[in-house]
Amino acid sequence: MKKLIISIVLVNFLAACASEPKKEPVADASAPVVKAEAPKTAPVTPAKAAVDALDDPSSILAKRSVYYPFDVSVVQDEDKPAVQAHAKYLSEHANRTVRLEGNCDERGSNEYNLGLGQRRADGVKKMLELGGAKASQLESVSYGEEKPRATGHDEASWSQNRRTDLNYAR
Amino acid sequence: MVRRILQGVVGLLLLAQVSMAGAVLSIEIIGAGEHQIPVSIVPFGGDEEIAQSINEVVTGDLRRSGLFRLVDPTGKSPHQPAEVSYPDWEVRGAEALVIGMVAVQDGRIEARFRLLDVVKQTELIGQAVSARENQIRAIGHRIADMIYEKLTGDQGVFSTRIAYVNRQEKKSSLIVADSDGHNEQIVLTQNEPIMSPAWSPDGSQLAYVSFETGHAVVYMQSLYSNRRVVLANFRGSNSAPTWSPDGKQMALVLTRDGSSQIYLSRPDGSDIRRITFSGAIDTEPHFSPDGQYLLFTSDRGGSPQIYRMPVKGGSTERLTFGEGSNFSPQHSPDGKSFVFAHLNKGRFYVAMQDFQTGQMSLLTEGGWEKNPSFAPNGKLILFASEARGRGILATVSSDGRVMQHMFTQSGDAREPVWGPYP
Repeated sequence: MKKLIISIVLVNFLAACASEPKKEPVADASAPVVKAEAPKTAPVTPAKAAVDALDDPSSILAKRSVYYPFDVSVVQDEDKPAVQAHAKYLSEHANRTVRLEGNCDERGSNEYNLGLGQRRADGVKKMLELGGAKASQLESVSYGEEKPRATGHDEASWSQNRRTDLNYAR
Repeated sequence: MVRRILQGVVGLLLLAQVSMAGAVLSIEIIGAGEHQIPVSIVPFGGDEEIAQSINEVVTGDLRRSGLFRLVDPTGKSPHQPAEVSYPDWEVRGAEALVIGMVAVQDGRIEARFRLLDVVKQTELIGQAVSARENQIRAIGHRIADMIYEKLTGDQGVFSTRIAYVNRQEKKSSLIVADSDGHNEQIVLTQNEPIMSPAWSPDGSQLAYVSFETGHAVVYMQSLYSNRRVVLANFRGSNSAPTWSPDGKQMALVLTRDGSSQIYLSRPDGSDIRRITFSGAIDTEPHFSPDGQYLLFTSDRGGSPQIYRMPVKGGSTERLTFGEGSNFSPQHSPDGKSFVFAHLNKGRFYVAMQDFQTGQMSLLTEGGWEKNPSFAPNGKLILFASEARGRGILATVSSDGRVMQHMFTQSGDAREPVWGPYP
């Protein structure tokens, strides 16, 4: 968590130093001439050669977690576009693999939650496969309630823990 | 009045904890048995000279059971029957008296003790217990077991062990300890979770789930050699290991064929056969004492409930109904009932249900009470709970009257399981 805060702060400093309008993603220094164009108001289409969409913090692919209501393992409507975008990305990048890690809140036994987390991860895996990813690119596991992001006995914590994470291998 | 007595007891226990080097569980007792047997235990002659007081172990065990009222022997210290004046003890209200002597020779400790009936003025037990010098606590537990059995009619569990997981931030440790928390043995410690410990019927092995490779894998580890083997490492989650009472097979839960389903295997993990085919989450199998049935948790009916099926195949029967969900079933040693965790309106309770009548009763007040397991004499149930914001272990007597809270020194204790008779 601390590392994330530090990197966010650093990125903000970089952005401030560049004194460019904040809309555009931080491009890397070795980008081709395309970057020298005057700032436009329209969002920049991802330059395929320059920035991998997976590293683009404003891309839909930056969304790496899918959340669920209590005791539910079906991907919710609001998360479907992100999952479909990941499926498309995987279908276009055959060398990429991703680990789907299912998690639960604590309101069940440890073993039941292990099963529920697995069902959640498997659900995302299936949707990715239907969207064009290959089975060999996907692995689904469960952490049940064993690795909670938040540990309070309240919905604020529980809602954070009911999720599947998409963990891309680097 | 009751609260002052309890506070006094807690005070005594806390004092006792400070003076016991190596004690890692501090124990609070809540409640009392229906009729507490008043017994007086005179420290054995020679007890002050040995490294660990036997008296401390015996009185601690009997007090913790909640079934005895310890009568203070102050002013009197008989060690032999000839030194006993029964009226002294009658006037103190004791019904039973324990006296004895301890001798040390060649690295061995021998305790000779007698249990006397104060009212009938007869001897109930006259025994010698001996062991190596570093096994004094075991001597105390054995003596407490004999006293307990003679006075209550039930077998004592003071010489048994428990296993549990201790969690502190990212660190998980699988621990085996005496049932009073002493003699901790760390079976595994790591920065990835550990789950679901289970005892082999002979107490020599623990099976458990570890996430050290990145997903749930079932291991079996010898408590003597610490050697361990992988029992199941298929894709997805491998979990919930449990032995049949005859030790000849195991049940476990795999997701390799889709959702969590129950499989049988040989005790070495070979010859795996699938036995549930529900497509739901079927988990937490537990063998009946005769090895013929399995209790398990399933959400095939829409919510997690307890079901029973014959091990050899046949129809599955749902056992829990009504409001709420139910998890983690465990048979009683006599096979007549089972305990489980009952979740209703956001609270977890330890519950018990009789097979014959189907009647369910709640044994606890409700909170975060999970993972119940029976002591081998069927009189106590060990479970995970919470107090003072920490995960603790707790026991409740099978009639719900006596409860203990057991606090580890640091971290959260969870997923306890009671071991077999040694």
